[in-house]
Amino acid sequence: MKTTEKHKWSMNTVLLLLLFIVFAVFALFPLVTLLIASFKPAQELMRFGLNLRISPDIFSFKNYTYLFTGNSLYLTWYKNSLVITAIFTVLCLFFSSMVGYGLAVYQFRFRNFIFALVLITMMVPIEIIILPLYKLSINLNLINSIWGVILPFAAAPLPIFFFRQYASCLPKDFLDAARVDGTTEFGTFFRIMMPLMAPAFSSMAILQALFAWNNFLWPLIVLRTTEQLTIPIGLATLLTPYGNNFDMLISGAVVAIVPILLVFLFFQKYFIEGMTAGGVKG
Amino acid sequence: MANHSPEAAKTVEPLKVAKKSSILYSQKVAPYFFVLPFILSFLIFFAYPVLSAINMSFQEVLPGQVKYIGLSNYRGLWNPTFLKAITNSSKYTLFSLLILIPIPLLLAVFLNSKMMVAKNFFRSTLFIPALTSVVVAGTIFRLTFGELEGSLMNTIITSFGFEKQRWLGKEHLAMFTLVTLAAWRWIGINLLYFMAGLQNIPKELYESAEIDGASKWHKFSWITIPLLKPITIYVFTISIYGGYSMFTESYMLWNGNRSPNDIGLTIVGYLYRNGLEQNNLGLGSAVGIALLVLTFIITIGQLKLFGMFKKEE
Repeated sequence: MKTTEKHKWSMNTVLLLLLFIVFAVFALFPLVTLLIASFKPAQELMRFGLNLRISPDIFSFKNYTYLFTGNSLYLTWYKNSLVITAIFTVLCLFFSSMVGYGLAVYQFRFRNFIFALVLITMMVPIEIIILPLYKLSINLNLINSIWGVILPFAAAPLPIFFFRQYASCLPKDFLDAARVDGTTEFGTFFRIMMPLMAPAFSSMAILQALFAWNNFLWPLIVLRTTEQLTIPIGLATLLTPYGNNFDMLISGAVVAIVPILLVFLFFQKYFIEGMTAGGVKG
Repeated sequence: MANHSPEAAKTVEPLKVAKKSSILYSQKVAPYFFVLPFILSFLIFFAYPVLSAINMSFQEVLPGQVKYIGLSNYRGLWNPTFLKAITNSSKYTLFSLLILIPIPLLLAVFLNSKMMVAKNFFRSTLFIPALTSVVVAGTIFRLTFGELEGSLMNTIITSFGFEKQRWLGKEHLAMFTLVTLAAWRWIGINLLYFMAGLQNIPKELYESAEIDGASKWHKFSWITIPLLKPITIYVFTISIYGGYSMFTESYMLWNGNRSPNDIGLTIVGYLYRNGLEQNNLGLGSAVGIALLVLTFIITIGQLKLFGMFKKEE
Protein backbone atom coordinates (compact mmCIF):
# COMPACT_ATOMS: atom_id res chain seq x y z
CA MET A 1 0.00 0.00 0.00
CA LYS A 2 2.68 2.36 1.00
CA THR A 3 4.76 1.80 -2.13
CA THR A 4 1.81 2.37 -4.47
CA GLU A 5 1.01 5.55 -2.57
CA LYS A 6 4.55 6.74 -2.98
CA HIS A 7 4.58 5.79 -6.64
CA LYS A 8 1.35 7.68 -7.28
CA TRP A 9 2.85 10.69 -5.57
CA SER A 10 5.92 10.89 -7.68
CA MET A 11 3.80 10.34 -10.81
CA ASN A 12 1.69 13.36 -9.87
CA THR A 13 4.79 15.37 -9.14
CA VAL A 14 6.14 14.61 -12.59
CA LEU A 15 2.85 15.61 -14.21
CA LEU A 16 2.72 18.84 -12.23
CA LEU A 17 6.31 19.59 -13.09
CA LEU A 18 5.61 19.08 -16.78
CA LEU A 19 2.61 21.40 -16.55
CA PHE A 20 4.64 24.10 -14.88
CA ILE A 21 7.50 23.70 -17.33
CA VAL A 22 5.03 24.37 -20.14
CA PHE A 23 3.90 27.58 -18.43
CA ALA A 24 7.47 28.61 -17.60
CA VAL A 25 8.42 28.19 -21.26
CA PHE A 26 5.38 30.27 -22.25
CA ALA A 27 6.55 32.96 -19.81
CA LEU A 28 10.21 33.05 -20.79
CA PHE A 29 10.09 32.17 -24.48
CA PRO A 30 9.05 35.63 -25.76
CA LEU A 31 11.82 37.27 -23.74
CA VAL A 32 14.39 34.84 -25.11
CA THR A 33 13.30 35.57 -28.68
CA LEU A 34 13.62 39.30 -27.92
CA LEU A 35 17.13 38.77 -26.60
CA ILE A 36 18.13 36.78 -29.68
CA ALA A 37 16.63 39.38 -32.00
CA SER A 38 18.57 42.16 -30.31
CA PHE A 39 21.79 40.72 -31.74
CA LYS A 40 20.50 40.59 -35.30
CA PRO A 41 20.32 43.39 -37.86
CA ALA A 42 16.85 44.82 -38.41
CA GLN A 43 16.70 43.72 -42.05
CA GLU A 44 16.72 40.17 -40.79
CA LEU A 45 13.70 40.96 -38.59
CA MET A 46 11.84 42.69 -41.39
CA ARG A 47 12.37 39.70 -43.62
CA PHE A 48 11.69 36.86 -41.21
CA GLY A 49 10.01 38.32 -38.13
CA LEU A 50 10.89 37.23 -34.64
CA ASN A 51 12.29 33.71 -34.53
CA LEU A 52 14.79 31.51 -32.80
CA ARG A 53 17.30 31.24 -35.64
CA ILE A 54 20.81 31.74 -34.30
CA SER A 55 23.57 32.06 -36.85
CA PRO A 56 26.98 33.47 -35.98
CA ASP A 57 27.42 35.31 -39.27
CA ILE A 58 24.57 37.75 -38.59
CA PHE A 59 25.13 38.07 -34.85
CA SER A 60 26.66 41.33 -33.65
CA PHE A 61 26.60 43.89 -30.84
CA LYS A 62 25.95 46.64 -33.35
CA ASN A 63 22.46 47.42 -32.03
CA TYR A 64 23.85 47.87 -28.54
CA THR A 65 26.80 50.00 -29.55
CA TYR A 66 24.39 52.22 -31.49
CA LEU A 67 22.25 52.63 -28.36
CA PHE A 68 25.11 53.87 -26.25
CA THR A 69 27.45 55.58 -28.66
CA GLY A 70 25.48 56.48 -31.78
CA ASN A 71 23.62 59.77 -32.00
CA SER A 72 20.52 58.12 -30.60
CA LEU A 73 18.58 59.69 -27.73
CA TYR A 74 18.40 56.41 -25.86
CA LEU A 75 20.71 57.47 -23.04
CA THR A 76 18.75 60.70 -22.59
CA TRP A 77 15.52 58.71 -22.31
CA TYR A 78 17.17 56.34 -19.89
CA LYS A 79 18.30 59.24 -17.73
CA ASN A 80 14.80 60.78 -17.87
CA SER A 81 13.26 57.48 -16.82
CA LEU A 82 15.69 57.12 -13.94
CA VAL A 83 15.07 60.68 -12.73
CA ILE A 84 11.28 60.40 -12.98
CA THR A 85 11.23 56.96 -11.34
CA ALA A 86 13.45 58.14 -8.47
CA ILE A 87 11.58 61.38 -7.74
CA PHE A 88 8.18 59.78 -8.18
CA THR A 89 8.99 56.87 -5.88
CA VAL A 90 10.41 59.08 -3.12
CA LEU A 91 7.52 61.57 -3.25
CA CYS A 92 4.89 58.90 -3.54
CA LEU A 93 6.24 56.95 -0.56
CA PHE A 94 6.61 60.09 1.53
CA PHE A 95 3.09 61.34 0.85
CA SER A 96 1.29 58.03 0.95
CA SER A 97 3.02 56.86 4.14
CA MET A 98 2.08 60.16 5.77
CA VAL A 99 -1.55 59.88 4.75
CA GLY A 100 -1.80 56.18 5.53
CA TYR A 101 -0.24 56.75 8.93
CA GLY A 102 -2.57 59.68 9.64
CA LEU A 103 -5.60 57.59 8.76
CA ALA A 104 -4.44 54.66 10.88
CA VAL A 105 -3.16 56.30 14.05
CA TYR A 106 -5.48 59.23 14.74
CA GLN A 107 -9.13 59.37 15.59
CA PHE A 108 -10.61 62.42 13.92
CA ARG A 109 -13.85 63.62 12.51
CA PHE A 110 -13.42 63.07 8.79
CA ARG A 111 -11.32 59.93 9.06
CA ASN A 112 -13.83 57.50 7.58
CA PHE A 113 -14.93 60.00 4.98
CA ILE A 114 -11.36 60.55 3.78
CA PHE A 115 -10.69 56.84 3.73
CA ALA A 116 -13.81 56.38 1.62
CA LEU A 117 -12.43 58.97 -0.82
CA VAL A 118 -9.19 56.97 -1.02
CA LEU A 119 -11.18 53.87 -1.94
CA ILE A 120 -13.20 55.77 -4.53
CA THR A 121 -10.07 57.03 -6.30
CA MET A 122 -8.86 53.44 -6.32
CA MET A 123 -12.03 52.37 -8.12
CA VAL A 124 -11.96 54.90 -10.96
CA PRO A 125 -9.71 54.08 -13.93
CA ILE A 126 -7.43 57.06 -14.57
CA GLU A 127 -8.10 56.79 -18.29
CA ILE A 128 -11.42 58.49 -17.60
CA ILE A 129 -9.89 61.72 -16.39
CA ILE A 130 -6.91 62.03 -18.74
CA LEU A 131 -8.57 64.65 -20.94
CA PRO A 132 -9.45 67.15 -18.18
CA LEU A 133 -6.15 66.32 -16.50
CA TYR A 134 -4.41 67.18 -19.75
CA LYS A 135 -6.27 70.50 -19.92
CA LEU A 136 -5.43 71.20 -16.30
CA SER A 137 -1.76 70.40 -16.91
CA ILE A 138 -1.67 72.92 -19.73
CA ASN A 139 -3.10 75.58 -17.41
CA LEU A 140 -0.70 74.69 -14.61
CA ASN A 141 2.23 74.77 -17.03
CA LEU A 142 3.04 71.13 -16.36
CA ILE A 143 3.11 69.99 -19.97
CA ASN A 144 6.44 68.61 -21.16
CA SER A 145 7.93 68.68 -17.67
CA ILE A 146 8.78 65.79 -15.39
CA TRP A 147 6.57 67.36 -12.70
CA GLY A 148 3.62 66.98 -15.01
CA VAL A 149 4.32 63.26 -15.13
CA ILE A 150 4.93 62.96 -11.39
CA LEU A 151 2.59 65.24 -9.46
CA PRO A 152 -0.89 64.04 -10.47
CA PHE A 153 -0.21 60.52 -9.18
CA ALA A 154 2.17 61.21 -6.30
CA ALA A 155 -0.44 60.72 -3.57
CA ALA A 156 -1.58 57.36 -4.94
CA PRO A 157 -4.50 55.56 -3.28
CA LEU A 158 -3.10 52.01 -3.35
CA PRO A 159 0.04 52.77 -1.28
CA ILE A 160 -2.05 54.94 1.07
CA PHE A 161 -4.32 51.95 1.58
CA PHE A 162 -1.32 49.68 2.14
CA PHE A 163 0.41 52.01 4.62
CA ARG A 164 -2.85 52.47 6.50
CA GLN A 165 -3.21 48.71 6.95
CA TYR A 166 0.42 48.44 8.00
CA ALA A 167 0.44 51.40 10.38
CA SER A 168 -2.71 50.27 12.18
CA CYS A 169 -0.82 47.14 13.29
CA LEU A 170 2.12 49.08 14.78
CA PRO A 171 2.50 49.04 18.57
CA LYS A 172 1.14 52.24 20.09
CA ASP A 173 3.63 52.19 23.03
CA PHE A 174 6.34 53.82 20.94
CA LEU A 175 3.95 56.58 20.03
CA ASP A 176 3.07 57.32 23.65
CA ALA A 177 6.71 57.18 24.72
CA ALA A 178 7.68 59.70 22.05
CA ARG A 179 4.86 62.02 23.08
CA VAL A 180 5.96 61.90 26.70
CA ASP A 181 9.46 62.77 25.55
CA GLY A 182 8.09 65.90 23.96
CA THR A 183 8.57 65.03 20.31
CA THR A 184 6.23 66.75 17.86
CA GLU A 185 3.59 64.62 16.19
CA PHE A 186 5.41 64.84 12.88
CA GLY A 187 8.77 64.17 14.51
CA THR A 188 7.30 61.03 16.04
CA PHE A 189 6.17 59.88 12.63
CA PHE A 190 9.41 60.75 10.94
CA ARG A 191 11.91 59.43 13.46
CA ILE A 192 10.11 56.65 15.28
CA MET A 193 7.18 55.29 13.30
CA MET A 194 8.65 55.55 9.80
CA PRO A 195 11.58 53.23 10.59
CA LEU A 196 9.10 50.76 12.05
CA MET A 197 7.29 50.73 8.72
CA ALA A 198 10.46 49.84 6.76
CA PRO A 199 9.11 46.55 5.31
CA ALA A 200 6.04 48.36 4.00
CA PHE A 201 8.32 50.95 2.43
CA SER A 202 10.34 48.27 0.63
CA SER A 203 7.27 46.64 -0.87
CA MET A 204 5.71 49.91 -1.97
CA ALA A 205 9.01 51.33 -3.27
CA ILE A 206 9.33 48.41 -5.66
CA LEU A 207 5.70 48.55 -6.74
CA GLN A 208 5.73 52.31 -7.37
CA ALA A 209 9.13 52.28 -9.07
CA LEU A 210 7.94 49.54 -11.42
CA PHE A 211 4.82 51.58 -12.15
CA ALA A 212 6.82 54.75 -12.86
CA TRP A 213 9.42 52.94 -14.97
CA ASN A 214 6.82 51.24 -17.18
CA ASN A 215 4.10 53.93 -17.13
CA PHE A 216 2.87 54.76 -20.61
CA LEU A 217 -0.41 56.57 -21.23
CA TRP A 218 0.03 59.64 -19.02
CA PRO A 219 3.69 60.39 -19.91
CA LEU A 220 2.74 59.88 -23.57
CA ILE A 221 0.29 62.75 -23.20
CA VAL A 222 2.41 65.05 -21.02
CA LEU A 223 5.84 64.73 -22.64
CA ARG A 224 6.02 66.53 -25.96
CA THR A 225 9.62 66.86 -27.15
CA THR A 226 11.85 63.90 -27.97
CA GLU A 227 14.52 65.01 -25.47
CA GLN A 228 12.03 64.80 -22.61
CA LEU A 229 10.68 61.31 -23.27
CA THR A 230 10.96 58.31 -20.97
CA ILE A 231 12.08 54.91 -22.29
CA PRO A 232 8.63 53.40 -23.00
CA ILE A 233 7.44 56.50 -24.84
CA GLY A 234 10.75 56.91 -26.63
CA LEU A 235 10.70 53.29 -27.77
CA ALA A 236 7.11 53.65 -28.96
CA THR A 237 8.07 56.63 -31.13
CA LEU A 238 10.43 54.34 -33.06
CA LEU A 239 7.36 52.72 -34.58
CA THR A 240 5.92 55.09 -37.14
CA PRO A 241 3.56 54.66 -40.08
CA TYR A 242 6.55 55.41 -42.33
CA GLY A 243 8.92 52.80 -40.99
CA ASN A 244 10.11 51.16 -37.84
CA ASN A 245 13.51 51.50 -36.25
CA PHE A 246 13.78 47.94 -35.02
CA ASP A 247 17.56 48.09 -34.49
CA MET A 248 17.11 50.47 -31.63
CA LEU A 249 13.70 49.28 -30.47
CA ILE A 250 14.70 45.69 -29.74
CA SER A 251 18.03 46.35 -28.04
CA GLY A 252 16.47 49.33 -26.23
CA ALA A 253 13.70 47.10 -24.93
CA VAL A 254 16.24 44.58 -23.64
CA VAL A 255 18.25 47.22 -21.82
CA ALA A 256 15.03 48.68 -20.33
CA ILE A 257 14.16 45.35 -18.67
CA VAL A 258 17.60 44.82 -17.13
CA PRO A 259 17.30 47.07 -14.04
CA ILE A 260 13.85 45.71 -13.13
CA LEU A 261 15.02 42.15 -13.57
CA LEU A 262 18.00 42.77 -11.29
CA VAL A 263 15.87 44.38 -8.59
CA PHE A 264 13.42 41.51 -8.92
CA LEU A 265 16.10 38.86 -8.51
CA PHE A 266 17.45 40.48 -5.34
CA PHE A 267 14.23 41.65 -3.68
CA GLN A 268 11.68 39.05 -4.72
CA LYS A 269 10.03 38.92 -1.32
CA TYR A 270 9.18 42.64 -1.35
CA PHE A 271 8.02 42.43 -4.93
CA ILE A 272 5.55 39.75 -4.09
CA GLU A 273 4.28 41.58 -0.98
CA GLY A 274 3.92 44.80 -2.94
CA MET A 275 2.12 43.20 -5.85
CA THR A 276 -0.46 41.48 -3.70
CA ALA A 277 -0.94 44.54 -1.46
CA GLY A 278 -4.39 45.39 -2.75
CA GLY A 279 -5.78 41.93 -2.31
CA VAL A 280 -4.61 41.22 1.22
CA LYS A 281 -7.88 42.15 2.84
CA GLY A 282 -9.99 41.06 -0.10
CA MET B 1 6.87 70.83 6.39
CA ALA B 2 8.34 73.97 7.93
CA ASN B 3 8.55 72.47 11.37
CA HIS B 4 12.24 71.78 11.68
CA SER B 5 13.22 74.99 13.45
CA PRO B 6 11.63 74.16 16.83
CA GLU B 7 13.22 70.73 16.82
CA ALA B 8 16.63 72.12 17.70
CA ALA B 9 15.31 74.15 20.60
CA LYS B 10 13.27 71.25 21.92
CA THR B 11 16.04 69.52 23.80
CA VAL B 12 16.88 72.67 25.74
CA GLU B 13 13.48 73.56 27.06
CA PRO B 14 10.79 71.14 26.00
CA LEU B 15 7.93 72.65 27.97
CA LYS B 16 8.34 76.18 26.76
CA VAL B 17 8.60 75.09 23.17
CA ALA B 18 5.59 72.89 23.60
CA LYS B 19 3.60 75.92 24.59
CA LYS B 20 5.02 78.16 21.91
CA SER B 21 4.36 75.83 19.03
CA SER B 22 1.61 73.77 20.54
CA ILE B 23 0.18 73.29 17.09
CA LEU B 24 3.03 70.89 16.36
CA TYR B 25 2.10 68.83 19.38
CA SER B 26 -1.64 68.92 18.97
CA GLN B 27 -3.21 65.57 18.32
CA LYS B 28 -6.25 67.43 17.05
CA VAL B 29 -4.45 69.26 14.27
CA ALA B 30 -1.87 66.61 13.37
CA PRO B 31 -4.18 64.19 11.51
CA TYR B 32 -5.31 66.92 9.14
CA PHE B 33 -1.71 67.78 8.45
CA PHE B 34 -0.95 64.14 7.72
CA VAL B 35 -3.80 63.65 5.27
CA LEU B 36 -3.21 67.00 3.58
CA PRO B 37 -1.21 65.60 0.60
CA PHE B 38 -4.09 63.30 -0.26
CA ILE B 39 -6.73 66.01 0.17
CA LEU B 40 -4.84 68.39 -2.11
CA SER B 41 -4.11 65.73 -4.69
CA PHE B 42 -7.71 64.49 -4.53
CA LEU B 43 -9.18 67.95 -5.05
CA ILE B 44 -6.77 69.10 -7.77
CA PHE B 45 -5.98 65.93 -9.68
CA PHE B 46 -9.11 63.85 -9.15
CA ALA B 47 -12.29 65.65 -8.08
CA TYR B 48 -11.74 68.66 -10.33
CA PRO B 49 -10.92 66.55 -13.43
CA VAL B 50 -13.90 64.25 -12.82
CA LEU B 51 -16.30 67.19 -12.49
CA SER B 52 -14.64 68.87 -15.42
CA ALA B 53 -15.03 65.71 -17.53
CA ILE B 54 -18.75 65.62 -16.70
CA ASN B 55 -19.02 69.31 -17.56
CA MET B 56 -17.05 69.04 -20.79
CA SER B 57 -19.12 66.09 -21.95
CA PHE B 58 -22.01 68.55 -22.39
CA GLN B 59 -19.87 71.09 -24.22
CA GLU B 60 -18.38 71.73 -27.58
CA VAL B 61 -14.81 72.70 -26.68
CA LEU B 62 -13.11 74.75 -29.37
CA PRO B 63 -9.97 76.78 -28.89
CA GLY B 64 -11.05 80.06 -27.34
CA GLN B 65 -14.73 79.29 -27.11
CA VAL B 66 -16.84 76.82 -25.24
CA LYS B 67 -20.50 76.22 -25.86
CA TYR B 68 -23.04 73.99 -24.10
CA ILE B 69 -24.63 71.61 -26.55
CA GLY B 70 -26.71 69.45 -24.23
CA LEU B 71 -26.61 65.75 -24.94
CA SER B 72 -25.18 66.05 -28.45
CA ASN B 73 -21.85 64.46 -27.51
CA TYR B 74 -23.63 61.49 -25.99
CA ARG B 75 -25.85 61.20 -29.05
CA GLY B 76 -22.68 61.37 -31.14
CA LEU B 77 -21.46 58.25 -29.35
CA TRP B 78 -24.15 56.18 -31.04
CA ASN B 79 -22.00 55.38 -34.05
CA PRO B 80 -20.60 52.15 -35.50
CA THR B 81 -17.00 52.97 -34.56
CA PHE B 82 -17.72 53.51 -30.87
CA LEU B 83 -19.98 50.45 -30.77
CA LYS B 84 -17.12 48.51 -32.28
CA ALA B 85 -14.78 49.87 -29.60
CA ILE B 86 -17.25 48.79 -26.89
CA THR B 87 -17.59 45.35 -28.47
CA ASN B 88 -13.83 44.93 -28.71
CA SER B 89 -13.24 46.02 -25.11
CA SER B 90 -16.05 43.77 -23.86
CA LYS B 91 -14.78 40.75 -25.79
CA TYR B 92 -11.25 41.39 -24.58
CA THR B 93 -12.44 41.66 -20.96
CA LEU B 94 -14.60 38.55 -21.21
CA PHE B 95 -11.90 36.37 -22.80
CA SER B 96 -9.21 37.55 -20.43
CA LEU B 97 -11.50 36.77 -17.47
CA LEU B 98 -12.14 33.28 -18.88
CA ILE B 99 -8.41 32.64 -18.96
CA LEU B 100 -7.03 34.75 -16.15
CA ILE B 101 -9.29 33.49 -13.36
CA PRO B 102 -9.39 29.66 -13.71
CA ILE B 103 -5.84 29.06 -14.94
CA PRO B 104 -3.99 31.06 -12.26
CA LEU B 105 -6.36 29.67 -9.62
CA LEU B 106 -5.58 26.08 -10.59
CA LEU B 107 -1.88 26.82 -10.91
CA ALA B 108 -1.91 28.38 -7.43
CA VAL B 109 -3.59 25.29 -5.96
CA PHE B 110 -1.07 23.03 -7.70
CA LEU B 111 1.85 25.18 -6.65
CA ASN B 112 0.60 25.08 -3.09
CA SER B 113 0.27 21.30 -3.02
CA LYS B 114 2.68 19.07 -1.14
CA MET B 115 3.43 17.15 -4.33
CA MET B 116 4.95 20.10 -6.11
CA VAL B 117 8.67 20.81 -6.15
CA ALA B 118 10.69 23.96 -6.98
CA LYS B 119 7.75 26.12 -5.96
CA ASN B 120 9.62 29.39 -5.61
CA PHE B 121 11.36 28.94 -8.91
CA PHE B 122 8.11 28.52 -10.82
CA ARG B 123 6.35 31.28 -8.91
CA SER B 124 9.14 33.71 -9.83
CA THR B 125 9.49 32.53 -13.41
CA LEU B 126 5.78 32.87 -14.15
CA PHE B 127 5.91 36.35 -12.63
CA ILE B 128 8.74 37.67 -14.84
CA PRO B 129 6.50 38.75 -17.78
CA ALA B 130 4.74 41.15 -15.39
CA LEU B 131 7.97 43.09 -15.05
CA THR B 132 8.01 44.11 -18.69
CA SER B 133 6.30 47.27 -19.83
CA VAL B 134 3.44 46.97 -22.27
CA VAL B 135 5.71 48.69 -24.79
CA VAL B 136 8.27 45.91 -24.57
CA ALA B 137 5.63 43.18 -24.46
CA GLY B 138 3.76 44.75 -27.36
CA THR B 139 6.92 44.90 -29.45
CA ILE B 140 7.62 41.22 -28.86
CA PHE B 141 4.07 40.13 -29.64
CA ARG B 142 3.78 42.28 -32.69
CA LEU B 143 6.85 40.58 -34.16
CA THR B 144 5.94 37.09 -32.93
CA PHE B 145 2.50 37.44 -34.47
CA GLY B 146 3.81 39.13 -37.60
CA GLU B 147 2.30 38.26 -40.96
CA LEU B 148 5.62 37.16 -42.45
CA GLU B 149 6.11 33.49 -43.15
CA GLY B 150 9.16 33.38 -40.91
CA SER B 151 7.51 34.96 -37.88
CA LEU B 152 7.36 32.65 -34.93
CA MET B 153 3.62 31.96 -34.86
CA ASN B 154 3.52 31.35 -38.59
CA THR B 155 6.52 29.03 -38.37
CA ILE B 156 4.72 27.08 -35.66
CA ILE B 157 1.39 26.74 -37.43
CA THR B 158 2.88 26.01 -40.87
CA SER B 159 4.94 23.22 -39.32
CA PHE B 160 1.58 21.70 -38.28
CA GLY B 161 0.40 22.02 -41.87
CA PHE B 162 -1.75 25.13 -41.54
CA GLU B 163 -1.65 28.17 -43.81
CA LYS B 164 0.27 31.20 -42.61
CA GLN B 165 -1.96 33.86 -41.13
CA ARG B 166 -2.20 37.63 -40.98
CA TRP B 167 -2.50 37.60 -37.20
CA LEU B 168 -2.90 41.31 -36.76
CA GLY B 169 -5.03 41.80 -39.83
CA LYS B 170 -8.04 39.64 -39.09
CA GLU B 171 -10.62 40.31 -36.43
CA HIS B 172 -10.59 36.99 -34.52
CA LEU B 173 -6.86 36.52 -34.77
CA ALA B 174 -6.27 40.08 -33.57
CA MET B 175 -8.41 39.40 -30.51
CA PHE B 176 -6.55 36.13 -29.98
CA THR B 177 -3.25 38.02 -30.04
CA LEU B 178 -4.48 40.63 -27.56
CA VAL B 179 -5.80 37.99 -25.16
CA THR B 180 -2.59 35.96 -25.43
CA LEU B 181 -0.62 39.08 -24.60
CA ALA B 182 -2.86 39.69 -21.57
CA ALA B 183 -2.47 36.08 -20.48
CA TRP B 184 1.29 36.30 -20.83
CA ARG B 185 1.61 39.41 -18.67
CA TRP B 186 -1.03 38.61 -16.06
CA ILE B 187 -0.97 34.89 -15.25
CA GLY B 188 1.96 35.37 -12.85
CA ILE B 189 0.31 38.28 -11.03
CA ASN B 190 -3.05 36.59 -10.56
CA LEU B 191 -1.21 33.45 -9.48
CA LEU B 192 0.34 35.51 -6.67
CA TYR B 193 -3.05 36.82 -5.61
CA PHE B 194 -4.54 33.34 -5.45
CA MET B 195 -1.51 32.01 -3.58
CA ALA B 196 -1.88 34.81 -1.04
CA GLY B 197 -5.52 33.77 -0.72
CA LEU B 198 -4.58 30.13 -0.21
CA GLN B 199 -2.19 31.04 2.61
CA ASN B 200 -5.14 32.45 4.53
CA ILE B 201 -7.11 29.20 4.50
CA PRO B 202 -6.62 27.44 7.86
CA LYS B 203 -4.89 24.06 7.47
CA GLU B 204 -7.16 22.53 10.10
CA LEU B 205 -10.07 22.68 7.68
CA TYR B 206 -8.30 20.33 5.29
CA GLU B 207 -7.15 18.09 8.11
CA SER B 208 -10.63 17.64 9.52
CA ALA B 209 -11.99 17.08 6.01
CA GLU B 210 -9.40 14.35 5.53
CA ILE B 211 -10.51 12.69 8.75
CA ASP B 212 -14.06 12.75 7.40
CA GLY B 213 -12.74 10.98 4.31
CA ALA B 214 -13.15 13.82 1.81
CA SER B 215 -11.56 13.32 -1.60
CA LYS B 216 -9.21 15.83 -3.22
CA TRP B 217 -12.02 17.07 -5.42
CA HIS B 218 -14.32 17.54 -2.45
CA LYS B 219 -11.69 19.47 -0.56
CA PHE B 220 -11.14 21.66 -3.60
CA SER B 221 -14.79 22.36 -4.27
CA TRP B 222 -16.01 22.59 -0.66
CA ILE B 223 -13.10 24.32 1.04
CA THR B 224 -10.70 25.92 -1.43
CA ILE B 225 -13.16 27.50 -3.86
CA PRO B 226 -15.55 28.97 -1.27
CA LEU B 227 -12.73 30.31 0.90
CA LEU B 228 -10.99 31.86 -2.09
CA LYS B 229 -14.12 33.85 -2.84
CA PRO B 230 -12.91 37.22 -1.46
CA ILE B 231 -9.67 37.12 -3.43
CA THR B 232 -11.50 35.87 -6.53
CA ILE B 233 -13.87 38.81 -6.32
CA TYR B 234 -10.91 41.14 -6.01
CA VAL B 235 -9.15 39.63 -9.05
CA PHE B 236 -12.42 39.71 -10.97
CA THR B 237 -12.89 43.38 -10.20
CA ILE B 238 -9.39 44.50 -11.14
CA SER B 239 -9.55 42.38 -14.30
CA ILE B 240 -12.76 44.07 -15.37
CA TYR B 241 -11.23 47.49 -14.80
CA GLY B 242 -8.02 46.49 -16.53
CA GLY B 243 -9.89 44.95 -19.45
CA TYR B 244 -12.17 47.89 -20.09
CA SER B 245 -9.41 50.45 -19.77
CA MET B 246 -7.00 48.57 -22.06
CA PHE B 247 -5.30 50.82 -24.58
CA THR B 248 -1.51 50.55 -24.66
CA GLU B 249 -1.51 46.93 -25.86
CA SER B 250 -3.50 47.86 -28.91
CA TYR B 251 -1.48 51.06 -29.38
CA MET B 252 1.70 49.00 -29.53
CA LEU B 253 0.42 46.19 -31.76
CA TRP B 254 -0.87 48.55 -34.42
CA ASN B 255 1.47 51.53 -34.74
CA GLY B 256 -0.30 53.96 -32.46
CA ASN B 257 -3.93 53.01 -32.43
CA ARG B 258 -4.30 52.47 -36.20
CA SER B 259 -5.61 48.95 -36.67
CA PRO B 260 -7.17 47.93 -40.01
CA ASN B 261 -10.96 48.35 -39.84
CA ASP B 262 -10.52 49.23 -36.16
CA ILE B 263 -10.25 45.56 -35.23
CA GLY B 264 -8.06 46.55 -32.28
CA LEU B 265 -9.85 49.75 -31.29
CA THR B 266 -10.79 49.92 -27.60
CA ILE B 267 -12.92 52.39 -25.64
CA VAL B 268 -9.86 54.25 -24.36
CA GLY B 269 -8.41 54.10 -27.87
CA TYR B 270 -11.55 55.85 -29.12
CA LEU B 271 -11.22 58.41 -26.32
CA TYR B 272 -7.58 59.01 -27.25
CA ARG B 273 -8.36 59.33 -30.93
CA ASN B 274 -11.19 61.81 -30.50
CA GLY B 275 -10.03 63.71 -27.45
CA LEU B 276 -6.33 64.05 -28.13
CA GLU B 277 -5.62 63.30 -31.78
CA GLN B 278 -8.65 65.17 -33.09
CA ASN B 279 -8.80 67.55 -30.14
CA ASN B 280 -12.52 67.04 -29.60
CA LEU B 281 -12.46 67.28 -25.81
CA GLY B 282 -16.24 67.30 -25.51
CA LEU B 283 -16.78 63.99 -27.29
CA GLY B 284 -13.70 62.51 -25.62
CA SER B 285 -15.05 63.40 -22.20
CA ALA B 286 -18.39 61.84 -23.05
CA VAL B 287 -16.48 58.63 -23.90
CA GLY B 288 -14.75 58.82 -20.51
CA ILE B 289 -18.04 59.23 -18.64
CA ALA B 290 -19.59 56.39 -20.66
CA LEU B 291 -16.64 54.18 -19.69
CA LEU B 292 -17.01 55.16 -16.03
CA VAL B 293 -20.72 54.32 -16.04
CA LEU B 294 -20.12 51.06 -17.91
CA THR B 295 -17.39 49.77 -15.59
CA PHE B 296 -19.43 50.87 -12.59
CA ILE B 297 -22.54 48.98 -13.72
CA ILE B 298 -20.56 45.86 -14.56
CA THR B 299 -18.70 45.92 -11.25
CA ILE B 300 -21.88 46.38 -9.24
CA GLY B 301 -23.57 43.63 -11.26
CA GLN B 302 -20.61 41.34 -10.72
CA LEU B 303 -20.53 42.01 -6.97
CA LYS B 304 -24.29 41.38 -6.81
CA LEU B 305 -23.79 38.11 -8.67
CA PHE B 306 -21.23 37.01 -6.13
CA GLY B 307 -23.60 38.02 -3.32
CA MET B 308 -21.17 40.59 -1.97
CA PHE B 309 -23.86 42.91 -0.64
CA LYS B 310 -25.85 40.23 1.13
CA LYS B 311 -23.16 38.81 3.36
CA GLU B 312 -21.17 41.80 4.51
CA GLU B 313 -23.65 44.20 6.09
